[in-house]
Amino acid sequence: MAEELPGMNVAAETAGGDACPATGQPLLLIEGVAKTFGMFRAVDGVSLDIKAGEFFALLGPSGCGKTTLLRMLAGFEAPDEGRILLGGKDIAQALPHERPINMMFQNYALFPHLSVRDNIAFGLKRAGMPRADIATRVAEMVALVKLEGLEKRKPDQLSGGQRQRVALARALARRPQLLLLDEPLAALDKKLRESTQAELMELQRRLGMTFIIVTHDQEEAMTMADRIGVMNAGKLAQVASPRELYEAPRSRWVAEFVGDINLFDGESKLRDGRRLVIGTRDAGALVVTEPREAVGAGKLAVAIRPEKIKLSRRAPVNEAGRETAINTLEGVIADICYLGGTTTYKVKLDTGGMLQASVANSARLDVDAYSLNQHVVAWFTPDDCVVLQS
Amino acid sequence: MRKVSRLSRFNIASLALGLAFLYLPILILVLYSFNASRLVTVWGGWSLRWYHELFNDRAMIEAAWMSLRVAVASATIATLLGTLAAVALSRGERFRGRTLFSGMLYAPLVMPEVITGLSLLLLFVALNVERGFWTVTIAHTTLTMCFVTVVVQSRLGSLDRSLEEAAMDLGCNPVGAFVVVTLPLIAPAIVAGWMLAFTLSLDDLVIASFTTGPGSATLPIRIYSEVRLGVKPEINAICTLVIALIAVVIVIASLASKLSSSQGESAAPL
Repeated sequence: MAEELPGMNVAAETAGGDACPATGQPLLLIEGVAKTFGMFRAVDGVSLDIKAGEFFALLGPSGCGKTTLLRMLAGFEAPDEGRILLGGKDIAQALPHERPINMMFQNYALFPHLSVRDNIAFGLKRAGMPRADIATRVAEMVALVKLEGLEKRKPDQLSGGQRQRVALARALARRPQLLLLDEPLAALDKKLRESTQAELMELQRRLGMTFIIVTHDQEEAMTMADRIGVMNAGKLAQVASPRELYEAPRSRWVAEFVGDINLFDGESKLRDGRRLVIGTRDAGALVVTEPREAVGAGKLAVAIRPEKIKLSRRAPVNEAGRETAINTLEGVIADICYLGGTTTYKVKLDTGGMLQASVANSARLDVDAYSLNQHVVAWFTPDDCVVLQS
Repeated sequence: MRKVSRLSRFNIASLALGLAFLYLPILILVLYSFNASRLVTVWGGWSLRWYHELFNDRAMIEAAWMSLRVAVASATIATLLGTLAAVALSRGERFRGRTLFSGMLYAPLVMPEVITGLSLLLLFVALNVERGFWTVTIAHTTLTMCFVTVVVQSRLGSLDRSLEEAAMDLGCNPVGAFVVVTLPLIAPAIVAGWMLAFTLSLDDLVIASFTTGPGSATLPIRIYSEVRLGVKPEINAICTLVIALIAVVIVIASLASKLSSSQGESAAPL
């Protein structure tokens, strides 16, 4: 268990009564879970395991089934197929109040007729906790989310950020084995969202609890989560660490969904040691590092992130045969998008395709900036390319 | 504190006009109930004479008492049934024939009272039920239940479903979640529904005249039959009393709903 708060025994007396598995051990097993609404298969055979103490993010576009999956974990929907095992026990058909799981709702769902204190105490009262203990626990929770002095307020007398904290405190008060967060920061403005992200991560580490967050905001998922499960059309497209997800997407869909990317369709031409040469329609022959998983014949796509692409006025010296053998593409600047920290250039390649390159604005004066219709050379190494089966 | 914006002259004028339109006839009725003259249209000075006579008019008092009992009983039954119907319609699973059910529930809302009254009369006659207090109460329940449903359902519809889910997530079973979270939040609507049913019942003449029996006339029936023989100042007096009663009920109800919305589950400290 992680560092304990003063006067707070986190490990003991979780709401379910069962001992929580130690950090790193599997806590939740989702096995082939599916849910159909009428003709629509919202969740389609999802299998996933969550380790105790993990911060897991379910990421996906709206309608991908991530919220339905979360609601099945909370018990608001019963899966049509599959099992959900929490600490070895199948809870797939258990009612919400029978699960040692709490949820923080997207719109917070604070009880408008109850004060901050009564909102936080709500779950504790239902659990039959003695009054004195409830008072202590509520005070702890209020201190934890820094809401001192607001205990008697009603939800409608609080700001958005304060309401978010009450919702968090209420969900944490029962010390669930698993905390579910449904788009918890969607209603906050950007600055507040960023500081709240940091606080949530800090809190999760400090309490050593297991969090599953649902979000459509990839930056949020990247920032906070240890692992991310990307969902598309009811299925898990990839489960990986944020870095792996971004640098080594497993499918074309994931590559395009997470961040920006340049994709060139083509076919494998020849093998050159650890290198593959792929002939693409829009960017000619590209030299790429052979992926770990063997690529079959047939259609492939080469994917390069915009920030991996360098631009220069003249072609860099390419020493043939060396490991740093690079791909160079020539073209003219077709569009410039200044974003502050970076500038995104769209390059119309001489070979026909379009290329997006993101360049850090490392100097304040724009002596290095390119202008519209300027001729440039775009280059990147074979290691910067990801080969996708398409 | 909220800043009270000043009303413009136009607003004051339109407000006064509106209020006058609504309340001037009632004001005249109240005023004439204190008229000393026997002639309804001639002012003869202040007097409580008609109130005195009213309290000696046994038939009138009995009718009033009957109306009050019917109104309380039918409003209570209608509120109970109407609330259950509203909950079933807005919270229940989508059951077969739900649209039909909700349509049928709202039919009495637009059904001419004559038809409702006549059909109930035919039913009671066919069943050979002795007409009196209970037949009027049942008839008024039929009339007012859909009003309660409309009021409660609109409140339930505006209530966030996730509140109930949050309650269940925090350890309530479905019934508990309804009692602890939903019920306090829809209480003002339930009170308003009861009030509406109560006043509708108190006010109804048509259905009551179809479904009542000998010796159990409600106040509107009594007043109507008296007025046919000529308006007595006594009528003004009883109407004034009814207005006073309704005013008191409304004030109490609005105070209660204010109290319930500003006070939490536990007013006492933890």
